[in-house]
Amino acid sequence: MTRKRRRLYIVALGMLSLAVAAALVLTAFEDNLVFFYSPTDLKEKELPEGRLVRIGGLVEEESIQRGADNRVSFVVTDLSNSVPVTYQGILPDLFREGQGVVAQGSLGPDGVFVAREVLARHDENYMPPEVAEALRKSGEWRPAEESAAQ
Amino acid sequence: MIPEIGHFALLLALVVACVQGSLPMLGAAWNRPSWMAVGQPAALAQMFCVLVSFLALTQAYVVSDFTVLNVVENSHSAKPMLYKVTGVWGNHEGSLLLWVLILTVFGAAVAAFGANLPPTLKARVLSVQAWISIGFLSFCIFTSNPFERVFPPPPDGSDLNPLLQDPGLAFHPPMLYLGYVGFSIAFSFAVAALIEGRVDAAWARWVRPWTLAAWSFLTAGIALGSWWAYYELGWGGWWFWDPVENVSFMPWLLGTALLHSAVVVEKRDALKVWTILLAILTFSLSLLGTFIVRSGLLTSVHAFAVDPERGLYVLALLAIAIGGSLTLFAWRAPALKAGGLFAPISREGGLVLNNLLLATATATVLIGTLYPLFLEALSGERVSVGPPFFNLTFGPLMVPLVALMAVGPLLSWKRADLAGVLGRLKFAFLGSVIVTGAVWAFSYGGPVLAPLAMGLGAWLLLGTLSEWADRVKLFRAPLSESLSRARGLPRAAYGMSLAHAGLAICIFGIVGSTAWKVEEVLVMRPGDSVTVAGYDYRFEGVQGQEGPNYQANRARFMVTRDGQAVAVLEPEKRFYPVTDMPTTEAAIHTTGFADLYAVIGDPAPVSAEDGAKGRGWTVRIYYEPLVSWIWFGSLVMMLGGFLSLSDRRLRVGAPRRRVKAPALAQPAE
Repeated sequence: MTRKRRRLYIVALGMLSLAVAAALVLTAFEDNLVFFYSPTDLKEKELPEGRLVRIGGLVEEESIQRGADNRVSFVVTDLSNSVPVTYQGILPDLFREGQGVVAQGSLGPDGVFVAREVLARHDENYMPPEVAEALRKSGEWRPAEESAAQ
Repeated sequence: MIPEIGHFALLLALVVACVQGSLPMLGAAWNRPSWMAVGQPAALAQMFCVLVSFLALTQAYVVSDFTVLNVVENSHSAKPMLYKVTGVWGNHEGSLLLWVLILTVFGAAVAAFGANLPPTLKARVLSVQAWISIGFLSFCIFTSNPFERVFPPPPDGSDLNPLLQDPGLAFHPPMLYLGYVGFSIAFSFAVAALIEGRVDAAWARWVRPWTLAAWSFLTAGIALGSWWAYYELGWGGWWFWDPVENVSFMPWLLGTALLHSAVVVEKRDALKVWTILLAILTFSLSLLGTFIVRSGLLTSVHAFAVDPERGLYVLALLAIAIGGSLTLFAWRAPALKAGGLFAPISREGGLVLNNLLLATATATVLIGTLYPLFLEALSGERVSVGPPFFNLTFGPLMVPLVALMAVGPLLSWKRADLAGVLGRLKFAFLGSVIVTGAVWAFSYGGPVLAPLAMGLGAWLLLGTLSEWADRVKLFRAPLSESLSRARGLPRAAYGMSLAHAGLAICIFGIVGSTAWKVEEVLVMRPGDSVTVAGYDYRFEGVQGQEGPNYQANRARFMVTRDGQAVAVLEPEKRFYPVTDMPTTEAAIHTTGFADLYAVIGDPAPVSAEDGAKGRGWTVRIYYEPLVSWIWFGSLVMMLGGFLSLSDRRLRVGAPRRRVKAPALAQPAE
């Protein structure tokens, strides 16, 4: 076997594995990209019912209601629009009113967002970038106040 | 005073690094031995300076010196001593200092133990190592100075994030950094070899122990991190395909490839250019891992607060390091002479396939991790890529890799007889078919792929055992001969077998805990009972507890099975008043084959009619089969790495010469 032939084999194998990887990546991307919507986006863009998305904003003050069977409902707001959310399960430790939150789920027929996952933060001072961005877009971003409040 | 000494030592280290980065390199180019000789003392001096600096910061933490801003922000006088010390690297500035310390320790180790390196190569390696130091030291000094003072000093600090006040996480960063930074040696050797224009078997023999040490530490670091996530976050999961996890996993994957391709360079003098490229890419991914999350570029559920100002500096540093080394590679690599020939079916061929699959897998993880970043830059849309993506892309690539892992070690160099090798694996094949069938019968109606995945794990484990049995002629020669053969096998061989077997154990754990996990979330009142996966949990109630710097609600569950007491689980919900943060402390009882896992949440109404009265507690109970095997398997892998490292042939890269003193420290220390 010549050196050239060997190199050809290796290159062909490399191409093959890259092609397989590309195919895998593309098919997986189709179903598993989760887009981010702020409450304002939800209102302005038509979101197909049942499509998995992430929403983010602040948990509205005095909006958390706990029901039976670990059902929780709260309102997520970017201070110009808001969306009601329901969730069943244990909320992350740092979930509280007036603070940033990101939830993953889909919009129900009644306009209530059904969260399958409420994402945890590990740091009191951390504001998810999407939430900061959503607040900035709605013109309600006040970083100074944000850090003062903490 | 002491913080100023620390700061000054850090500045001094930068000056020394500049000297070390220029003189030996120029000396090697112009052939001036006296300039080249500067490298060794400079590397030691640099390490000493950074060590002084690190100790100064540690001292500030230990005595709670609240005139130092970093201590104020991350410590508290009531914090237990262990976390005062580990709090040194529980924040951005301190962890960066730890990074630099480990970097300089590795550099000093090359200087101290590299006595038999060719002088020009050694000079160049030390210089490249110093370039990395310069980047990090200047980043540390100019953007993240840990010694900044605050006036007037506040009466007390604002405490370390309580989630980090945990033994598992306390030692996670040092392990991870030992891994990341260990790859810097492979990087420096690669860049030095490119400058030198020569790569040979001896080069690989010097690079391999460092890579092996880095890989073993990184294995431990990742395992510790995932273990922490498992018991501390209270979600019962151990891997979330989160960006923070991915960026530590990618160097591990590529480092594994590097480990294997370096063998080919060492034994067969082939794959040289590829190995150089791998060394560069592995360390580049380590840099990415250190920085991309800290720079706030990626959203992660694990994210900690970051300072966007540092992002630019980080990006510039990454661009110089990665761009520069790849440019050097493109320019110099064609000059390297190609080495030995081999047939497609041979040990080399198997290792090429291993490298291709690992590199492809790394690429898919990289795409999934960075895609949100690119999409946002291009279209402004924010997306996240979830675990299903990684399971669908990474998973299928691992199947052929694991299947090949059992075959590869049996192939001979240059040209192998595939039919003969497969023949020697017939018992392994038979065993894995039996395992598949048994698991399928046992878990009838469960996930379809799980029995096949367990069979694959068994194939790897039994294949690895067959290879060992083959080498010692087990059952084919008298037992005494097998025994003496077993004693005669090099430690590197045992290391490989252990590492491969460790992965098999890991696979069992991953499959078991993914396929047959049982999760129950419910509201319980004291006295209530619930049955999860055959175990009865009786909720006894909740009691208040006082910790050193927190208050806790401690719940108590009596776990029984068929009336027999199994365990008492006492999960806690803690509240840290200083940071105003609650944390979850899961209670875990492991039987070896499964974990019983309980978490206590907040008070909650049992049913709608109860209203505020008759309150129960939110409770989460998991049954996690085989989950502890994941970490046991990782431990076995790590031990395999260290065992291989202790092989005489590899120790301190002494080619063919016996190292006199066995007391010589391993290079990793």
